[in-house]
Amino acid sequence: MLNYIWLGMLVIGFAVGIMNGRIEAVTKAAMDSAQTAVQLSIGLLGIMCLWTGLMNIAEKSGLIRRIARAVRPLMRFLFPEVPQNHPALGAIVMNLVANLFGLGNAATPLGLKAMTELQKINPDKDTSSNAMSMFLVLNTSAIQLIPATIIAVRSAAGSRNPAEVIGTIWVATLCASITGIIAVKLFSMYGRTKQKGGTAKWK
Amino acid sequence: MEIIKTLSIYAVPAIFLAILAAGVYKDIKVYDVFVEGAKEGISTIIRIIPSLVGLLVAVGVFRASGALDLLIYAASPLASIFNIPSEALPLAFLRPISGSASLALVSDVIKVHGPDSFIGRVVSTMMGSTETIFYTLAVYFGAVGIKNVRYTLAAALIADFVSVIASVWICGAVFGS
Repeated sequence: MLNYIWLGMLVIGFAVGIMNGRIEAVTKAAMDSAQTAVQLSIGLLGIMCLWTGLMNIAEKSGLIRRIARAVRPLMRFLFPEVPQNHPALGAIVMNLVANLFGLGNAATPLGLKAMTELQKINPDKDTSSNAMSMFLVLNTSAIQLIPATIIAVRSAAGSRNPAEVIGTIWVATLCASITGIIAVKLFSMYGRTKQKGGTAKWK
Repeated sequence: MEIIKTLSIYAVPAIFLAILAAGVYKDIKVYDVFVEGAKEGISTIIRIIPSLVGLLVAVGVFRASGALDLLIYAASPLASIFNIPSEALPLAFLRPISGSASLALVSDVIKVHGPDSFIGRVVSTMMGSTETIFYTLAVYFGAVGIKNVRYTLAAALIADFVSVIASVWICGAVFGS
């Protein structure tokens, strides 16, 4: 699916760019974006090392296992394929908590750690497991207690009450999260792309 | 609200101290274990770069060419069915694709319509309620080398669509339109 979307965006983009006479701007955007991607990744490097280092201590000391055990019922519902006490569960919980507190710098490395752990128990290394899909969808609709960026933008624009949207954001996010969880559950049960070990896999 | 703000400030130091305390309690050589774990971070980042370059280039080309504007124009009849204000529609498309571009768009819409207008509140709520789907997918799947994402993108986009509709609805219900 990503193959087609990626191809489509590029082909349509260049075609429309030629028709609009914006082809120079399009070429420049391609080059600039490539550079931005590397800058973004390298910018993450230090923080990433910091958190994977700390997480290693947390794991070796058994702290993560204890955290995972505390929220076991919820985790068992969301990630039924992941064995109990698996380090992936601890990393997932830490990532979701970091998201909740808006600690973006911590959330991404913790999420990557979780993905690495989930990949270890993935029966088909090229294909997303149900647990990975659930984790990803939870992350794209993650609830944040204080949406700091948007409050800052509103306050800079002279809002009388910049933080008044916190409540509406909570409601909208919760709707998105619940929908996402239901969608993943339905897809993993009835979708045509069953997880390996289940039934047939497409393509 | 103050409590949450305070919690946010003390969360990181508290996590640091809790992890270090757990390490000391279990008699772990904390520095050695830290360095060993930090090495893992480097390889993860290196694995992200190719997929992120691919994704951001496609997004950059799609936006700069005006193709995104065409898509938004084509979708405007659909927006009126779901009561999405036409000023908020571009954001609905941009939000899953590019975080920085959406933020720029939100700032612009807020500047034009005012932060305390209905449109201003709707775009603020939309901006805050979902993440950049394509970026998240590229980074997380790229890091572990997943090629077939199965239904993940579809599920994320469904959730995103619901958040757009929910944003319009809840802002109307809470603030009045």
